[in-house]
Amino acid sequence: MPAKDSVTGTILIATLLCVVCSLAVSAAAVALRPYQLANEVLDQQKNILDAAGLPTDEFGKPASQLSKKEIDNLYTWVSEQMVDLDTGEFNEEMDPADFDLVESATDPTLSTEIVPDPYDPGEDRRPNTMKVYFVRRGGEGPIRQVVLPIYGKGLWGTLYGYLALKSDLETIQGITFYQHKETPGLGGEVDNPSWKEQWNGLKLYDENGEPAAQVAKGPAPETDPYSVDGLSGATITSRGVTALVQYWASDQGYGPFLKKLGSKIKQESTAGDTAAASKPGNSTKKVGA
Amino acid sequence: MSKKPIDVLVDPVVNNNPIALQILGICSALAVTTKMETSLVMALAVMAVTAFSNLAVSAIRSYIPSSIRIIVQMTVIASLVIVVDQFLKAFLFDISKQLSVFVGLIITNCIVMGRAEGFAMKNSAGISFLDGVGNGLGYGFVLVVVAFFRELFGSGSLFGQTILELNRNGGWYAPNGLMLLPPSAFFIIGFMIWVIRLNKPEQIEEA
Repeated sequence: MPAKDSVTGTILIATLLCVVCSLAVSAAAVALRPYQLANEVLDQQKNILDAAGLPTDEFGKPASQLSKKEIDNLYTWVSEQMVDLDTGEFNEEMDPADFDLVESATDPTLSTEIVPDPYDPGEDRRPNTMKVYFVRRGGEGPIRQVVLPIYGKGLWGTLYGYLALKSDLETIQGITFYQHKETPGLGGEVDNPSWKEQWNGLKLYDENGEPAAQVAKGPAPETDPYSVDGLSGATITSRGVTALVQYWASDQGYGPFLKKLGSKIKQESTAGDTAAASKPGNSTKKVGA
Repeated sequence: MSKKPIDVLVDPVVNNNPIALQILGICSALAVTTKMETSLVMALAVMAVTAFSNLAVSAIRSYIPSSIRIIVQMTVIASLVIVVDQFLKAFLFDISKQLSVFVGLIITNCIVMGRAEGFAMKNSAGISFLDGVGNGLGYGFVLVVVAFFRELFGSGSLFGQTILELNRNGGWYAPNGLMLLPPSAFFIIGFMIWVIRLNKPEQIEEA
């Protein structure tokens, strides 16, 4: 073996060390990858379920306190579909399982530039197609909630989350953020369960159909159906959340999709009514519906 | 070096604390101490990295060419940090999300490097391992004390369990927002150093 301080010795030691270290690192990365992926998937599912309020409705506690099995069971109620944001139509060709939000939002061929007027989420681009989630009791029957992925800038970085709407597509069921960089205790209070609770029942659109749901500055007026309390000490985070919710609710975001889905749901329920109406004695009620 | 193993293990906790006496590794002590849970996991991560990097560096110390010894230490430390980070992502996903970049930044934590260069290069593997654990304990001790005060007075809770009912949740306690911001850790560490030096005047540096 060459002397340790000679040139060959130095190169030999450096090479050996690099090989050993890279083996250790790659072994850890490869061996633990399945666990990490499972964690990421589970984390997304928890957030989607929490936004839709299912864990609290069914078990009386948030998804973080449920076991993996309970989450898996509950998640069978959720179905995923791709939606073209410009047309508002479903895109059946794309597989929801392959969708990656961050990747789509940065790839110029898969995304569109965001026009920051009148709603500015602080981001440059948005994907042309988004994955949306439908919640049906037991996985079938009428839609209970629609869960929409949303994102936009806060103070320190982008907030990624989910906005869930009730079946009327105008009332908010809940909101969650699964990834953000806001200050713990200030902007980080977007994770506070009692603050998130306030979103339940909020109206997303005003009477003219414009996005209106917002984070107030200071406490929200009690009679205001569009506002939740501001986060104290976190003006920029509060503004960011307002901007991103309104952007995604607008015609640039899910507006076209929600309108189309709304009329589809109405048609289906009228069709259901017609079926019921065709029974004897009920037929007169259907006229003009 | 004829220090007893027990001294090597316990000394860094108070007598020769890496943060309080040597003022190393302050950066992460400010960043991750808003909650007990994250601080504890961070302390364990640093302890694992310091212990195993000391062990590895000490085991190969007679083969390390002196011209590249710092790079060799960094390579060992960086690899260990990546492995620890992967473990956290696999088994403590929620906490690793909160610790975000700070696990990766253990690589630049002066304590790890300082122990590898200052202790492991001169001592046998076993005692170096203990020294790493000891310094991890010293670091963890400061972190947990700081986090105790920051979480209790900033969020009214410990380990996420409510201790002081917050006024925003209908209780009586108005949380101190400063406690949640990094500067508060400076004050608490300052107080800790003061209390330690009151009891151990030999730690006071000459002005």
